[in-house]
Amino acid sequence: MANIVVLVKQVPDTNARIVISDNRVDLSSVKMVMSPYDEFAVETALQHREASGGEVTAITVGGAMADKVLKDAKAIGVDHIVRIDCDSFVDSNSLQSIISNAISEIGADVVYCGKAAADTGAGSTGPGIAERLGWASVSNIISATFADNVSVVAPAQGGNARISVTLPAVISCDKGNIKVRKPNVRGIMQAKKAQVDVKSVSAPASSINVISHSLPPSKPAGKTYEGGESAAEVAQLLRDEANVI
Amino acid sequence: MSQTIVIAEIAKGAIHPTTAELVTAANTLGNAPIVIVPCEDATIADSASAIQGISKVIALKSELFATYDALGWATAIDAVAPSGIIVTSANPQSKDLAARLAARRNIPVVQDVVAIDGGNLTSPIYSGKAMQTVSTSGDAVISVRANIFTASAQGGSADVSVVDATGDMATAVEEFLARVSTRLDVAEANIIISGGRGMGSPDNFSHLEKIADTIGAAVGASRAAVDTWDEISHSMQVGQTGKTVNPNLYIAVGISGAIQHLAGMRSSKYIVAINKDADAPIFQHADYGIVATWEEALPVLQAALSAMMN
Ligand SMILES: Cc1cc2nc3c(=O)[nH]c(=O)nc-3n(C[C@H](O)[C@H](O)[C@H](O)COP(=O)(O)OP(=O)(O)OC[C@H]3O[C@@H](n4cnc5c(N)ncnc54)[C@H](O)[C@@H]3O)c2cc1C
Repeated sequence: MANIVVLVKQVPDTNARIVISDNRVDLSSVKMVMSPYDEFAVETALQHREASGGEVTAITVGGAMADKVLKDAKAIGVDHIVRIDCDSFVDSNSLQSIISNAISEIGADVVYCGKAAADTGAGSTGPGIAERLGWASVSNIISATFADNVSVVAPAQGGNARISVTLPAVISCDKGNIKVRKPNVRGIMQAKKAQVDVKSVSAPASSINVISHSLPPSKPAGKTYEGGESAAEVAQLLRDEANVI
Repeated sequence: MSQTIVIAEIAKGAIHPTTAELVTAANTLGNAPIVIVPCEDATIADSASAIQGISKVIALKSELFATYDALGWATAIDAVAPSGIIVTSANPQSKDLAARLAARRNIPVVQDVVAIDGGNLTSPIYSGKAMQTVSTSGDAVISVRANIFTASAQGGSADVSVVDATGDMATAVEEFLARVSTRLDVAEANIIISGGRGMGSPDNFSHLEKIADTIGAAVGASRAAVDTWDEISHSMQVGQTGKTVNPNLYIAVGISGAIQHLAGMRSSKYIVAINKDADAPIFQHADYGIVATWEEALPVLQAALSAMMN
């Protein structure tokens, strides 16, 4: 029996156009979804439960709007859903401390998360909470098998290695070979009725402040050529103009 | 001025050239850094001492550094690094270590920094669709993207001290898996040629491999190619759910240029696109666009590049 926690985060759909107004990203008209890597984390957590028995608790940090991502996790099959109520910007340090406190409170043998959230792309949360809990961690796994220890495949030294992880541990998931399941009708019905367990916290002060958001500097328009024969000219330019060959 | 500490980037048992870029970044954040070299063999640290603009080198020697274990490495490095601003590279392993070190010290971490202006740090967010600038006060751990900061010049002669590290591994490598392909990995390459669904079949990737062999490039792929054909392995995937790459040259063949693909390669220095559809979004990001089928364009490109290399 394993007590399994999976961390999920709500982020803008990766197809969404990002708009800036008043030096801040404006997400008001953007569709929000579960961060793509978290889908692999949820799947891995469910497979772990199927192999060893136990329960899966999905945790997110956010305002009431983030309940949606928990309901999505519930529809796919997690047992419990918990939202840590915190809607303002907090730095990595504060965020990790509130999540690791919640994990200690719930009591977990293993925590799964995505390798990075699709919005920040930072990938700091998994290893950061492992450190706070004093646990092992492996990041960017592409597959996992479950016995007393968890055995994962993760990048190592320019290739991949099979790595055994002694629990408790935090494991972050890359896309890899993990096929994610889709919710079925029963799951969706259960998710509708499910209660989100909302925990209130006071986040420790942040020592990082967001100054501004901006659009990336745009590249000058490139040159376009018609027809396959032009590839010879492009090859010349790559050598003589771009100096990259 | 803050003390700064650079964690040297090690690849294939030697100091990676990116380390000299980290030294430049550290010098813009505070005093000349102490460079910590996690190693099994302390002699590799000598090449770090030749980088200009550093105060000293600590060769942190242990068998622990044979394979990466987040807990073990962070414990050992934390024990020798003074307090200050720690700078690492932004490859996946170093970002992981950066997060560990920051959490261990209860200080924040800022990942993927591409610009430093006083205490203000800028990183891409939303897969490069926007930039975020934050201010820091006090100690922090900062990972810095490669190919952004000018490498600090050679010719220095900082002192090297060797420190023996101890630590426990919390994970164990059971076996290294044979690499499916002996080709260069996209994450390590200066030139990448990638194929998408427009390649029609996995066999046609041989045309990309031929060009890759000619110019020393790695072969990458779009997610559509990876998901459609078993022969195209996920390790080749570039993009949101694949690898983020930052080569000097990225050649996209039969790739439409979906936002999730761009997420992984838009910061490439030069982008070439070959696509039969003049309206494909990839052309908006290409420095050189070729509107043609790959069947027409690749043989010409191959011939021209071969002629140049001879
Ligand atoms: C959450 C999420 C994550 C994703 N992550 C990634 C990711 O990491 N990486 C990624 O790549 N995608 C990713 N995608 C998928 C992405 O949205 C696109 O579906 C994918 O990039 C399309 O791949 P493609 O360009 O090869 O195929 P298509 O979009 O089908 O484009 C094929 C192109 O080939 C051209 N073509 C056809 N025949 C020829 C020919 N003979 N010669 C020349 N050109 C030809 C066509 O004009 C077309 O432009 C993700 C999607 C989601 C929702």
